[in-house]
Amino acid sequence: MARQPDTPPPPPVVQRLRIRYAKRGRLRFTSHRDFARAFERALRRAAVPMAYSAGFTPHPKVSYAGAAPTGVASEAEYLEIGLAERREPEHVRTALDDALPPGLDIVEVVDGQPPSLAERIEASLWRVELRGVTVEDTQRAVVALLAASEAPVTKLTKDGHRIVDARAPLVLARVAPEVEGADCAILELVVRHETPAVRPDDVLTALRQVGALSTPVTPFVTRLAQGLLGDAPPAGTEPITLLDPLRDVDGQQLPPAAVSEPLAR
Amino acid sequence: MPVESLFAALEPLLPRVQKPIQYVGGELNAVIKDWDAVDVRWALMYPDAYEVGLPNQGVQILYEVLNERDDTLAERTYSVWPDMEALMREHGLPQFTVDGHRPVGAFDVFGLSFSTELGYTNMLTALDLAGIPLLARDRDDTHPIVIAGGHAAFNPEPIADFIDAAVLGDGEECAIRITHALRAWKSEGRPGGRDELLRRLAAEGLVYVPAFFDVDYLPDGRIQRVVPNRSGIPWRVAKHTVMDLDEWPYPKRPLVPLAETVHERYSVEIFRGCTRGCRFCQAGMITRPVRERSITTVGDMVQKGIAATGFEEVGLLSLSSADHSEIGEIAKGLADRYDGENVSLSLPSTRVDAFNITLANELSRNGRRTGLTFAPEGGSERMRKVINKMVTEDDLIRTVSTAYGNGWRQVKLYFMCGLPTETDDDVLQIAQMARRVIQAGREAANRKDIRCTISIGAFVPKPHTPFQWAAQLDWETVDRRLRALKAAVMGDKDYGRAIGIRYHDGRPSLIEGLLSRGDRRVGAVIRKVWESGGRFDGWSEDFSFERWEQACADTFAGTPVDLDWFTTRERQQAEVLPWDHLDAGLDKDWLWADWQESLSGGEVEDCRWTPCYDCGVCPGMGTETQVGPTGRALLPLTPV
Repeated sequence: MARQPDTPPPPPVVQRLRIRYAKRGRLRFTSHRDFARAFERALRRAAVPMAYSAGFTPHPKVSYAGAAPTGVASEAEYLEIGLAERREPEHVRTALDDALPPGLDIVEVVDGQPPSLAERIEASLWRVELRGVTVEDTQRAVVALLAASEAPVTKLTKDGHRIVDARAPLVLARVAPEVEGADCAILELVVRHETPAVRPDDVLTALRQVGALSTPVTPFVTRLAQGLLGDAPPAGTEPITLLDPLRDVDGQQLPPAAVSEPLAR
Repeated sequence: MPVESLFAALEPLLPRVQKPIQYVGGELNAVIKDWDAVDVRWALMYPDAYEVGLPNQGVQILYEVLNERDDTLAERTYSVWPDMEALMREHGLPQFTVDGHRPVGAFDVFGLSFSTELGYTNMLTALDLAGIPLLARDRDDTHPIVIAGGHAAFNPEPIADFIDAAVLGDGEECAIRITHALRAWKSEGRPGGRDELLRRLAAEGLVYVPAFFDVDYLPDGRIQRVVPNRSGIPWRVAKHTVMDLDEWPYPKRPLVPLAETVHERYSVEIFRGCTRGCRFCQAGMITRPVRERSITTVGDMVQKGIAATGFEEVGLLSLSSADHSEIGEIAKGLADRYDGENVSLSLPSTRVDAFNITLANELSRNGRRTGLTFAPEGGSERMRKVINKMVTEDDLIRTVSTAYGNGWRQVKLYFMCGLPTETDDDVLQIAQMARRVIQAGREAANRKDIRCTISIGAFVPKPHTPFQWAAQLDWETVDRRLRALKAAVMGDKDYGRAIGIRYHDGRPSLIEGLLSRGDRRVGAVIRKVWESGGRFDGWSEDFSFERWEQACADTFAGTPVDLDWFTTRERQQAEVLPWDHLDAGLDKDWLWADWQESLSGGEVEDCRWTPCYDCGVCPGMGTETQVGPTGRALLPLTPV
């Protein structure tokens, strides 16, 4: 049997808070591990009364929903924390936001209700800024990819190189209308979360392979939203609704901000 | 002239490099000031990767001390990894600071802190990327003044060609005085150019300027003399000593990185200096005398430091932390204050002393019970006498038994290989000692699952120590002894599995030896190594012994010196050492006498509790030992 410290067990979780945070600007280069450390320190600075795990190395109760890749900005990352004393969610939001550097921003905090975060998230809406690429070329590549039945791409995972189909989980891909004088195309993607994960990077690889798209500059990617797919139409270019994982009224989830409206510029 | 941020040019490169977060800055407690609102601008560098450099106390202290001044700004820069270096060269991006992403070449001062000599090649990379000529003599008034500090600056001769100046000793006050001198010189319209600025700094005794000294050599390769080549320059340059640590409670708001770094804790120096007199220990010799920080200042710093950072671990730093006159009260006071708050307290490796177990128990009350570390340094009783580490094997066994008996399961022991007069048998005795440790531990703990790890490094003789004359052991012998030790440990059927052994091969230590005790002729070797691709020599995966060996062979061909001459050669009393004109306060005659004492097994007590033995520091530097007790205690924190 594992040895236990001869101290009393830590106080239990009395409140779960769900948190939406953003990774913006230069701090989008923060890796998930880095963020996790910074966040745990912020909890301490903000004096959030965290519940801790038992054992010789107690850890604060924090669980993360899948994180955006390093270098990708995000407006919609999610995590949940367990508190040993109750706190006002908005109070926790401001205290945590003040304790994190600008660029790692706490957007919203709510009391957590079942179902779990994981059950409330099945897809992401991504915005990809392709600098030095025309809208026309992008459009052509998107059409080619959507027409394909599959798009196998090789990606590097922790188990080595793996081939994944970048087409199957792609629920939506469309290009924003051209803007006068802009030297870039804006691509909007909704991708279902699967294992292994298909990321915007993989979709871009598919666009290069299937649609002969060339991207001279590293694209700037932002995750705009995560959630459940509403009434998802078959894959295509129609606007799609993602249900906000933090909204919950009378057991019914409501579609809020996370709608892929035509992209305003 | 406005200096723009380079971030826009850097940003597109970031997705293409490993760990981009290390180049973006934005750490908690970082400071970015308006470039044009200050008179003096410092770029501070720890010449290693960000993950090693960021936690460096020296840089963090200077960063805060300088940025607290309205007339000064300080930003930080670190060594970029080769993937980033290649991209920077391809895109013409110069060495930048991580705070304002400003070009290092635009600052007034480029200050580098060297705690190890193996960072010298990284300095050359940074200078080159910054567009600063490698050789000090090629620089003009548009270039920063390049200043080296840190322990390695006590013999900066190997980098004499590359630096404009070196600061010896504590940097806090000196950095401010340099700032004053710089501001005055700039406001006068930079009279006499950088030469005059350096002259002023040198004449005031603030810095050592290698260019103001000439070195003559004897036909056999030894140094004949080192003399100033102009008037008004002191013949010997003295180190700086901060006498009241309570007046300098830095770092107050240490940087909290987003990237993972080697130390993730709030470190407080509880005292500076050490007079235990271990003969191998350069830090203990050059930082004398002992100056304690008071218990109340320590408590205050910890309280504010945790609040400012959110760190979960507090390190009580010093060269021998258990020697603080009120360490018991500090440990108990802090443990009481943070009871139940998941703040853990740690001491660096401690002396072998049963009292330290009591301390360790106190410190582990609130947090993680990791292993305990002790540093007997020498494997045999005889060896420990030679190095003046006065601890018997029975002391050690008693101490570790107490540790295991108190519930600690893992003990780490530090040793050195290659000490003066060492024999194969001295090193093999480490295996005997580890065996006894496990034996005693199993008895004390009444269980079998306890472990002992032996960590062993090759000894490098350092300037300003009694061993500065000693021959460094050749790396082949070091490696042979370490292999024999490992075989002895592994071959032990009863105990081998409970004993871990960690060591590095002796070759990097030999190069460290070359750079530690080298003179100006070694500069050409460093440059050759760098030109042939030498980077990050402190990292075993990047270090190439062959490259250094080859550069030595090329550089020293046809001269009376070579790699062995600088390393494995024993020096005689009369020899002029490359650092004799640099004054750490230690009387050279005392050092020599202590070296002779060591060979006859003579011991020296600690001058904190026995009479002064005239090492020379206090009268020479106008300093004195400052220890408590103050008799004060840490009161419980009252919630606000």
